[in-house]
Amino acid sequence: MQAKKLNVKDKYRLLTRDLDWEFSYEDRKEAFPYEEFEGIKITDWDKWEDPFRLTMDAYWKYQAEKEKKLYAIYDAFAQNNGHLNVSDARYVNALKVFLTAVSPAEFASSNGFAWAGRHYGGAGARVAAQMQSIDELRHYQTQIHAMSHYNKYFDGFEEFPHMHDRVWYMSVVKSFFDDCRSSGPFEYIVAVSFAFEYVLTNLLFVPFMSGAAYNGDMATVTFGFSAQSDEARHMTLGLEIIKFLLEQHEDNVPIVQEWIDKWLWRGYRILAVVAMMMDYMLPQKFMSWKEAWELYFEDAGGALFKDLERYGIKMPDFTETIKNEKDHISHQAWWVFYSHGHAAAFHTWTPTAEELDWLSEKYPDTFDQYYRPRLEAAAELEAKGERFYTAGLPQLCQTCQIPMFFTNVDEGKPTEIVYRESTYNDERFHFCSNECKHIFDREPEKYVHAWLPVHQIFQGNCGGGGLDEVMEYYRMGLGEMNLDYKGSPDEKRWKKWKGVA
Amino acid sequence: MPVKAIRPDYHGEHRDARANFGGAILVYIDWDFHRWFCTPKTFPLPPDMPFGALIEAVIPEGFGQHPQFSEIDWGSVEWTLDHEPFTPDMGRGIEEQGFGHKCILRFSTPGLTENI
Repeated sequence: MQAKKLNVKDKYRLLTRDLDWEFSYEDRKEAFPYEEFEGIKITDWDKWEDPFRLTMDAYWKYQAEKEKKLYAIYDAFAQNNGHLNVSDARYVNALKVFLTAVSPAEFASSNGFAWAGRHYGGAGARVAAQMQSIDELRHYQTQIHAMSHYNKYFDGFEEFPHMHDRVWYMSVVKSFFDDCRSSGPFEYIVAVSFAFEYVLTNLLFVPFMSGAAYNGDMATVTFGFSAQSDEARHMTLGLEIIKFLLEQHEDNVPIVQEWIDKWLWRGYRILAVVAMMMDYMLPQKFMSWKEAWELYFEDAGGALFKDLERYGIKMPDFTETIKNEKDHISHQAWWVFYSHGHAAAFHTWTPTAEELDWLSEKYPDTFDQYYRPRLEAAAELEAKGERFYTAGLPQLCQTCQIPMFFTNVDEGKPTEIVYRESTYNDERFHFCSNECKHIFDREPEKYVHAWLPVHQIFQGNCGGGGLDEVMEYYRMGLGEMNLDYKGSPDEKRWKKWKGVA
Repeated sequence: MPVKAIRPDYHGEHRDARANFGGAILVYIDWDFHRWFCTPKTFPLPPDMPFGALIEAVIPEGFGQHPQFSEIDWGSVEWTLDHEPFTPDMGRGIEEQGFGHKCILRFSTPGLTENI
């Protein structure tokens, strides 16, 4: 007799693996045309362990319950003017960075998982990728909704989709996802699920969500909690995909190693913006970038790579460079944005005296020697009414597209720029690091047509050559979203609400 | 292999080829060790521009905001072009002196090494 209700195991099988079928009259290779060109060898898709153990109906049910709770809190936050409870209006600029840089990445990631999921020959991987695609879309939406309240009261939020394809620093995140989405399905999932979600995600989410908690931002904290169970699933998928690929065939090992090296590096480069957010943008600080790197990468990542040793995977060589950079990059990145504050869609400022002391304490080996004098000089200029905005446009790295601010810390020369270059088809290309050069050298055809914002301005493709024209092309408006926090419309409104002269 | 692609003939157009800059070449300039300017800067320059004009117009525009700039003794500045020592001829055009598209010109100012 047939049971009225299926047990969980049967239901799971029917709603995932059983959705697959044998190809009797079509060529299987034509159905999955992207499965082989990367060189990855899959001998048995049945060895795939489903990391989520979720069926689609259960997934909808859980997610719907989370949404209900989340939106109830968003409503309460809005009705109670929650934006007035944040530590200081400067904090909101961290949210502007999040919405303009991270949220479009969630959308790109959703798109990537939908595509990659279509192209795996195994049903388990297809279902896992499909769920993550929907998760990422949900994160994109819920982030926009969390920020929409702030958008009513602060500048810098409203044009984020327009800016994503144009503004010089957003091109950094865009190029990351353009790069992995134009790879094959296996490189894509190693890049996003393993390198980013598994290894680096704690260095993105914890800083923003803890930053929100320390600074009274309930909406963002609640979003963070709501995304947490999704993130846990994403991390599990990241580890599963690595183990699966490595166990399928020994020829996969060197390919996977190259991808791990490449994508950990590209992910790490993007985190420079998180580093500066933690050290400079949070009025209430919870941890320095250096401490976060040590905790979440050096300790946790060290243990992970120890586990992967048995597959023949090793920790990338460049982690020594990152170790050397951890005393510098937050200060250098903030200086890039401070000195280009005229071309950023968020406000910048010099730290208060207390904040300078905190930085001195957290960075005893570098801050007082290299960075404090510069910030104090900038504050003096501000006091004279001569706030420093650097003239001209920076040189960018061809691979990561970040302004070439990284310095030669490996050789103990923290004020000397790192220059690396390659020549390909008689044209020269410049890089910020050995790793960005190496990534280019492996696949130059992929990076020769990078859309480098500075070069595009000089080719006349960004509205014109003057600052006003470029700002109009970016839809920033001079003196609204950009320039210093002091004197900004944001600051004026905040003081009015708080009754401060 | 220049790219791993599903098509063996995949080719990316060089988006920043010299021909795309309206006759100019890109020159990246850095004042060594002066991180008041966070990165080297990018300048599209006419290839026949005399080196002297670079010192008179381009470099002040890009680096004049540094408090030490007015103290620079241009006679004692040390130049490198593409990381090799370089002695400029003020009257001759930059391309004639070896400046190519996307070259790197660095100058250092011994005595003015104070960092802010």
